[in-house]
Amino acid sequence: MAEELRRTGLHDLHVAKGARMVPFAGWEMPVQYPMGVMGEHLHTRSHAGLFDVSHMGQVLVFPKDGKLETAALALESLIPANVLGLTEGRQRYGLFTNDRGGILDDLMFANRGDHYFLVVNAACAEQDIAHLHTLADVDIRPVTDRGLVALQGLEAAAVLTRLVPGVAEMRFMDSRSFDWNGSELWISRSGYTGEDGFEISVPNDRLIAFAEDLLTHPEVAPIGLGARDSLRLEAGMPLYGHDMDQMVTPAEAALGWSIQKIRRTGGARAGGFPGAERILTELADGPAVTRRGLRPEGRAPIREAVTIFAGESGGEPIAQVTSGGFGPSVGGPVAMAMIDPSIPDGTTLYAELRGKRLPVTVTTLPFITPSYKR
Amino acid sequence: MKYTDDHEWLRAEGDEIIVGITKHASEQLGDVVFIELPEEGREVEAGEEIVVIESVKAASDITAPVAGVITSVNRDLADNPGNVNEDPMVAWFFRIKPTEDGVLDGFMDEAAYNDLVG
Repeated sequence: MAEELRRTGLHDLHVAKGARMVPFAGWEMPVQYPMGVMGEHLHTRSHAGLFDVSHMGQVLVFPKDGKLETAALALESLIPANVLGLTEGRQRYGLFTNDRGGILDDLMFANRGDHYFLVVNAACAEQDIAHLHTLADVDIRPVTDRGLVALQGLEAAAVLTRLVPGVAEMRFMDSRSFDWNGSELWISRSGYTGEDGFEISVPNDRLIAFAEDLLTHPEVAPIGLGARDSLRLEAGMPLYGHDMDQMVTPAEAALGWSIQKIRRTGGARAGGFPGAERILTELADGPAVTRRGLRPEGRAPIREAVTIFAGESGGEPIAQVTSGGFGPSVGGPVAMAMIDPSIPDGTTLYAELRGKRLPVTVTTLPFITPSYKR
Repeated sequence: MKYTDDHEWLRAEGDEIIVGITKHASEQLGDVVFIELPEEGREVEAGEEIVVIESVKAASDITAPVAGVITSVNRDLADNPGNVNEDPMVAWFFRIKPTEDGVLDGFMDEAAYNDLVG
């Protein structure tokens, strides 16, 4: 049955800018503007792209006793990351895991002094909030009166500084509040494109005005979901529901780096999160397969669900592409798949496309060099 | 010039038909990044999928509008797939020699096609 699609606070602006709107995770979202996916992708890398990410879930987590440590430890019971060690004004990437060690969702969490600010995936938001409500010592407050935009790219900092002086001083993964014409913006220096950039939480009633203000600057173009996907793919970033899901563990998703030493075996707060036993064992011993890059030879994109073989003919499949497509900045196709980690980089494997096996080279991620301001 | 409801344009030249896709189709596809063309000399049935067009978004097919033999393909397109977006009415894909005569009569003219894509 068709579900009523939700609209973000920027819906009318997207339409006015000529966006092609599509259903996405229960929302009506812009997939591309007249510039086209390729143009939008390249514009973001060389100038600045404005993305509507208001469909993502924003959640505040307050400690009931007023002590931030209480909220940190509560979150650590669901997220295998060092939440307690995250200092005020900083943000970190983390995962919700399940009892089997699979990933329920990936998220960003920021220490905002007396509470944590979480950003979760649109499709998982409802589930994540229910999951957070199982925690006893915290108040969970979904943010319903704010939208979220991302400004990404080489010139993002230069542009945003004109509206919000002070953002240029932020380092990668800083998270702070700023005033913009009397409205409070929650800004983090982060994103999901491999570029320097910002994610900006804006009160709903100022969302269009803020986006329009950004778009008056010639460096800024509106960017749709199409380019958002190709940008993150080139940056080697996994996407929930594609490169990871409830059956994929952190080590398999190559996200072991999001589990800091203190939460691992031998650490001061080791374990204590769902699936800890399997997750920690796998991090120590290495997973059977892990997310790797594939560079197809030739120009044909190798997309999600394409089967990978070791040889040019015969044999059993050894992997499936989890996401793939054309990388406009790379100038060719790029893909990711779950591959045996003992297979060295540079190995040629074969992707079966329309009955033909095409050579693909196993490669390290990402496909582009990120430009974060560390 | 004739049109199919799969958004192909068909242009008769001698006893062959030249086949491309319309501006409408190229806009719907988005940026084309890869094209797989049929082999010359191949005998095809009407409706057979014989060209694969990959855009940044997805793969789609072009079918043979009529039964016949592929007499030539536009190899330049394999190297420059973006030409489909830049000039779809010029960027032809293949030429086909139909098995039967008069097969073009059954297709839409420009006015009918414009009504279709509105």
